[in-house]
Amino acid sequence: MKILTLNFLTCARKACKAEPAAFPLHPRDAELEIVEAELNTEFLRNVLPRVEWEALRVVTEELGLPSLPNVAPEPDAIFPAASTAAAATANETPANPAPTQLLQDLHHLLLETTILSGKLVCGNCGHEYAVKEGIANFLLPSHLV
Amino acid sequence: MSRPEDTLPPDLFYNDSESRKYTTSSRIQHIQSNMTHRALSLLSLTHPSLILDIGCGSGLSGEILSSPDPDTPGGPHIWIGMDISASMLAVALEKEVEGDLFLADAGQGVPFRPGTFDAAISISAVQWLCNAETSDESPAGRLSRFFAGLYGSLRRGGRAVCQFYPKNDEQKKMISSAAVRAGFGAGLLEDDPGTKSAKTYLVLTVGGGQLDGDITGVVSGIEGVDVIDSRRKHREKGRREVKGGKAWIMRKKEQMERKGKVVKANSKYTGRKRNIAF
Repeated sequence: MKILTLNFLTCARKACKAEPAAFPLHPRDAELEIVEAELNTEFLRNVLPRVEWEALRVVTEELGLPSLPNVAPEPDAIFPAASTAAAATANETPANPAPTQLLQDLHHLLLETTILSGKLVCGNCGHEYAVKEGIANFLLPSHLV
Repeated sequence: MSRPEDTLPPDLFYNDSESRKYTTSSRIQHIQSNMTHRALSLLSLTHPSLILDIGCGSGLSGEILSSPDPDTPGGPHIWIGMDISASMLAVALEKEVEGDLFLADAGQGVPFRPGTFDAAISISAVQWLCNAETSDESPAGRLSRFFAGLYGSLRRGGRAVCQFYPKNDEQKKMISSAAVRAGFGAGLLEDDPGTKSAKTYLVLTVGGGQLDGDITGVVSGIEGVDVIDSRRKHREKGRREVKGGKAWIMRKKEQMERKGKVVKANSKYTGRKRNIAF
């Protein structure tokens, strides 16, 4: 499961719906794997505003990955494409500027780093969701729904 | 036509052999890919998006979503799939699909935070929600939890397309009204209606997008689609029937006549005021 996906997951229990502590889910005993993926700049541009930076920071810390800055980087710093693309179209060359280091790092963290196995724990109710072979089990017994 | 959802719950029906059969059958692959392309054209995505696949199974539609093919509009997309059948997911794992997979029951809700997805698709899955396997849940409850969760997890202006096989008109109505109750703008699109290969698509929109007008705007650019609007029209305000007025009297007389009561014949004097005697 990608770190990006983890940034969107909440506890499935109804009682945790309104609780702020139910997000993010905390990984425990996680085994990580790097899966190579092609850099998709447009996708990242679309999805990055939706990423909760604070939750991402907490999760990377818990996974023992290199720590992130306290504040989310400005979109201008990640995508210098806006100005260069305009310049490129002015020069009538195909607009395909080289991705910045920051963009590559974010791509590596969000889309290439995956949780292979372990547990995801809800910060509110303490329910543990098992992750096996990258698939998280979110089936709840009926008394917990 | 056989209906597998009448025989067994989905997690038991799609066991190892059934999942393999489903995934390797070239006929099913063909139908599934056609339906996925149709659903994608209804979503009309313009840039790479985050898509939820409900009932992703072995990832047959996911493969189309994440392919960089020009056939996939706006692609390649990143998708997240959920399915209740572990065997189906095992097949997906073997195929090394690109999306993230979850073992989850859509009838228990969608465990993502608000505004996560740009779009959602579901191919041949929603009809399974119309069955409840235990006495502490009901089809209506499962549908409402699913649609409420889906509505929450889509961003404003997002769309969802759910292809499903309704058993009858009643089930069609139950599913679409559950979606409307959750807040969606909903419309049903039927391909080849009345034939054996009829396909029903439930098209859902979340308000706040660039959609012009109502749900019928989704199909405005598509050829060969007839719009049948069966929504109840609001009665115009100024023309409300006054109690004791002519229209009211006529309606009451008709009502009584239908009940078999003896009713005086209508004339030009019916419902008129009497002259003042003095």
